[in-house]
Amino acid sequence: MEPYKKHESIAALMNRSNVDTDQIIPKQFLKKVERTGFGIHLFHDWRFNEDGSDNTDFELNKPAFKDAHILVAGDNFGCGSSREHAPWAIADYGFNTIISSSYADIFYNNCFKNSILPIIATKEQLASLMDEIAANEGVRFVVDLENQELTTPAGNGFKFEIDPSRKENMIKGLDDIGLTLTHIAEIDQYEEKHKQSYPWLWA
Amino acid sequence: MKKTMYEKIWDSHLVVEAPGQAPLLYVDRHLMHEVTSPQAFEGLRLANRKVRNPHSILATMDHCVPTKDRDLPIADPIAKKQIETMADNCQENGLNLYDMKNPNNGVIHIVVPEHGFVHPGMVVVCGDSHTATHGAFGALAFGIGTSEVEHVMATQTLPQMKSKTMLIRIDGALSKFASAKDIALAITGKIGTAGGTGHVIEYAGEAITKLSIEGRMTLCNMAIEAGARAGLVAPDQKTFDYLQGREFAPSGENWDKALAYWKSLPSDEGAEFDTIVTLNAADIEPQVTWGTSPEQVTGITNVIPAPEDFDDEIKRQACENALNYMDLKAHTKITDIPVDLVFIGSCTNGRIEDFRIAADITKGTKVADNVTAIAVPGSYHVKQQAEDEGLDKIFIDAGWEWREPGCSMCLAMNGDELTVGQRSASTSNRNFEGRQGKGGRTHLVSPAMAAAAASAGHFVDIRNI
Ligand code: SF4
Repeated sequence: MEPYKKHESIAALMNRSNVDTDQIIPKQFLKKVERTGFGIHLFHDWRFNEDGSDNTDFELNKPAFKDAHILVAGDNFGCGSSREHAPWAIADYGFNTIISSSYADIFYNNCFKNSILPIIATKEQLASLMDEIAANEGVRFVVDLENQELTTPAGNGFKFEIDPSRKENMIKGLDDIGLTLTHIAEIDQYEEKHKQSYPWLWA
Repeated sequence: MKKTMYEKIWDSHLVVEAPGQAPLLYVDRHLMHEVTSPQAFEGLRLANRKVRNPHSILATMDHCVPTKDRDLPIADPIAKKQIETMADNCQENGLNLYDMKNPNNGVIHIVVPEHGFVHPGMVVVCGDSHTATHGAFGALAFGIGTSEVEHVMATQTLPQMKSKTMLIRIDGALSKFASAKDIALAITGKIGTAGGTGHVIEYAGEAITKLSIEGRMTLCNMAIEAGARAGLVAPDQKTFDYLQGREFAPSGENWDKALAYWKSLPSDEGAEFDTIVTLNAADIEPQVTWGTSPEQVTGITNVIPAPEDFDDEIKRQACENALNYMDLKAHTKITDIPVDLVFIGSCTNGRIEDFRIAADITKGTKVADNVTAIAVPGSYHVKQQAEDEGLDKIFIDAGWEWREPGCSMCLAMNGDELTVGQRSASTSNRNFEGRQGKGGRTHLVSPAMAAAAASAGHFVDIRNI
């Protein structure tokens, strides 16, 4: 996995709450058997008109947000289905950071598996960030994962919380499976005990 | 220390808690379908890893499968490839797959309990958010992403953060015609779609104990709609009776051992929960969603709210957007909302009990003009059972379509979908924009409410028929 340390980028604003994974990547695009190529379908139903042209009313189609790697969005982002196609599409489109006041659990977990940093802001912090972008579209934020700090030109930055193990894995770009397999002896041991305690599961 | 059921299951599945790393939890059962697994198998192959315990896996094909003309090849070439990839992956890794032609085929969360594959006290995962369904047996069951599917296949474990616990107690008895679905919707209405975030819910109280196992599955199924990771109901005699004799249930001496363990699982008297929510069962009337989120829901005797009814700015805006998308006016009576299509099915309400109650209401009626009504059993076993009881005839005589099993209109991936502007009464679990087809408008209801809407052409209070 791509290590994540410090990033500076344009922050795009999506002032909507409860953005669900059905919108992030509509189900007609879930039939592929590969992991890549979902970015062109990100927010499909909002992003494109019936005839396939860009919907210029959709916020991410604003020229100012074109090269954004940071997405600032409303509360309860990523609710709904567990599809990992949602973070795949977000990453493939080019975002590596999301800032919101809360996320749905499964989506939040899925982000870390795909080198996307989901930053949790308080409602007030989020509101100031949104105001800052709205007043100055194209503004660049700096995300420093090592120091758990977001900085913005207008001074709306803050220190954010993140689980230490997740932070470590992200900074090092460690693959979860490899990490777990360092505990293979413990897993074997557990399984032996499990067979004794719950023999019916192994019958 | 007094423990909740969640804590008991967590503690007994903890493999290792290394400093600076998320605790590793052991996984007993892994369920699979064609949409969220192909990239996980690809990952395994690329890393040269093997499935650690093929016997822990049960797989089906449900999301993309056609519900009619099953003997014809799948028309959509990408869906066809996904189905074929699933079959290849299962064969290559020696996994138990109920493919489209298998008499055990159906929606994963319907099929798994039918075979007794999940027991109380297990940790169960699936690349599907409605895995929470299996909490009805007192198993810790939750949805995971595709990377995690790969992780579980390779290691039989999952790094997990411990959740908070929420007790939802429903006191008293449900009124006639109020069902598990109405409880689930009423809860989502009360606590919101983010109300359970970070929590595992345990449902308790008289109304829950009285629910059948099917009803408990419907309830736990929608724990995710309230934002929770999982839902749990304490196992009791009904649970044991349901499991006994099923294919993957313990038998003989093992049954007694298992039973003793299962009986130790319910939360200890006085165990503490992080959050407690209570509802009065008698207050829960048949529910209908009016918006584009499961929390935008109300009772059948109510009217659609207006944006001004909400104090919270976000909720006000959401109400306005929803009314716009749904093409509904504030203060309209719920019973005045017309429907174009009625769908009974899905892992929420595609079980035999659901078709029995819907048939009961449908008997002797006709589907209203301009309404299409589709009944999609959750599995071939449900279909067979319904046909043995003559339920299919009741639906067909009333003008319903009686289909082959699958997810179908629940997420409209298989070609069964709403057209732009069409309005459905649906027994599924999500009413998001476009969920049942781009521009389609979904109202979530119970099977009884759906059946009544099919013949009336609009929502009706089933307590009056
Ligand atoms: S029936 Fe619907 S919710 Fe259930 S597994 Fe299928 S698509 Fe998912």
